[in-house]
Amino acid sequence: MDYINIFIKSIFVDNMIFAFFLGMCSYLAVSKTVKTSAGLGIAVTFVLLITVPVNYLVNKYLLAPGALSWISPALESVDLSFLSLIMFIAVIAAIVQIVEMIVERFAPALYNSLGIFLPLIAVNCAVMSGSLFMQERGYSNIGEVTCFALGSGIGWFLAIVAIAAIREKLRYSHIPPALKGVGITFIITGLMGMAFMSFMGIKL
Amino acid sequence: MKNLDLIKFPFSKNNPITVQVLGVCSCLAVTAQLKPAVVMAVSVTVVVALANLIISLLRNTIPPRIRIIVQLVVVSTLVVLVDQFLKAYMYDVSKQLSVFVGLIITNCIVMGRLEAFAMSNPPVPSLCDGIGNGLGYSVILVALGFVRELFGSGTLWGYPIVEKLGLYGIGYENNGLMIMPPMALILAGIIIWIQRTRNKDLQED
Repeated sequence: MDYINIFIKSIFVDNMIFAFFLGMCSYLAVSKTVKTSAGLGIAVTFVLLITVPVNYLVNKYLLAPGALSWISPALESVDLSFLSLIMFIAVIAAIVQIVEMIVERFAPALYNSLGIFLPLIAVNCAVMSGSLFMQERGYSNIGEVTCFALGSGIGWFLAIVAIAAIREKLRYSHIPPALKGVGITFIITGLMGMAFMSFMGIKL
Repeated sequence: MKNLDLIKFPFSKNNPITVQVLGVCSCLAVTAQLKPAVVMAVSVTVVVALANLIISLLRNTIPPRIRIIVQLVVVSTLVVLVDQFLKAYMYDVSKQLSVFVGLIITNCIVMGRLEAFAMSNPPVPSLCDGIGNGLGYSVILVALGFVRELFGSGTLWGYPIVEKLGLYGIGYENNGLMIMPPMALILAGIIIWIQRTRNKDLQED
């Protein structure tokens, strides 16, 4: 698998929202206007791009079966993979906190636009699942992992901006009162998911 | 509110999925068949109830600034236990659920109930609230799993019910779209539609 293949595949074919429904909670809650949803999309992409490669290194050199053999050959048989959930979430929470501090210190303008979303990202399923899919799919080096993280982030960004644009237009349409708000958003997401299904099975 | 009400309330008026819109990701991804849906529902109920109980017991000792990390550690410990249990006793279902067991950690129902209820209420009501929300989530999950498996693959819990009834003989065919992910969203939308038609207070304007 080469880099571009993984990148395109994780944007369209394995789209986090339309193929796996990950990050749906914030996707449904924050998609009322295009501007805020674009902010959240950028923040998620940014955090994925940092956390997934870091967790890849953590997994490769600490957690996977036999990963500790670089310390001494005696540790060859140690398998810490049952700790991966706790490690991943701790790494994500810590990195989100650090990113928040760095952005606040060096880019106050960006911080003001992302501010409220950054802490919420620690509990966004799209970020956590980025790390879990990385572990499950067994990418062979850090370049591939980075491409996968960037692609997933961009896929999520495109999805949330698209639904926000549709919801802005939707305000002028006649919807049955019981479907207004959440109901119609579910159905629209389903229809968009069907459109994205046409990417399935494409090999690059 | 009495404890029994805390268990009953999330079923309809305050359902975690259709009203609070929490925990949608996992609800849609694991419902293509009934069995993984039921296993997932039970796992989430156990985790929410126990996490609510533990956080509620600790609530006066947790410093507010680091409460998110404390909550995540408690939740992820419980999820690791559930994950290892499933791997040991129900390996095939655990493979089917893949990353979604791990994602219970970031399931918004768990974090949402911890923040909104367990941090400010005593242990017994918190436990009841956790059970109630877990059951409210389970109802939707089982309903989706039932409809999708019955119409999508013509089976229930792996039992080929449509074939046994002989419906294929008179020209009935499975709807392949039902097992596709987008159909879960549309079905969830329809459940919300029905619920809000019957319950006018929940409608948004």
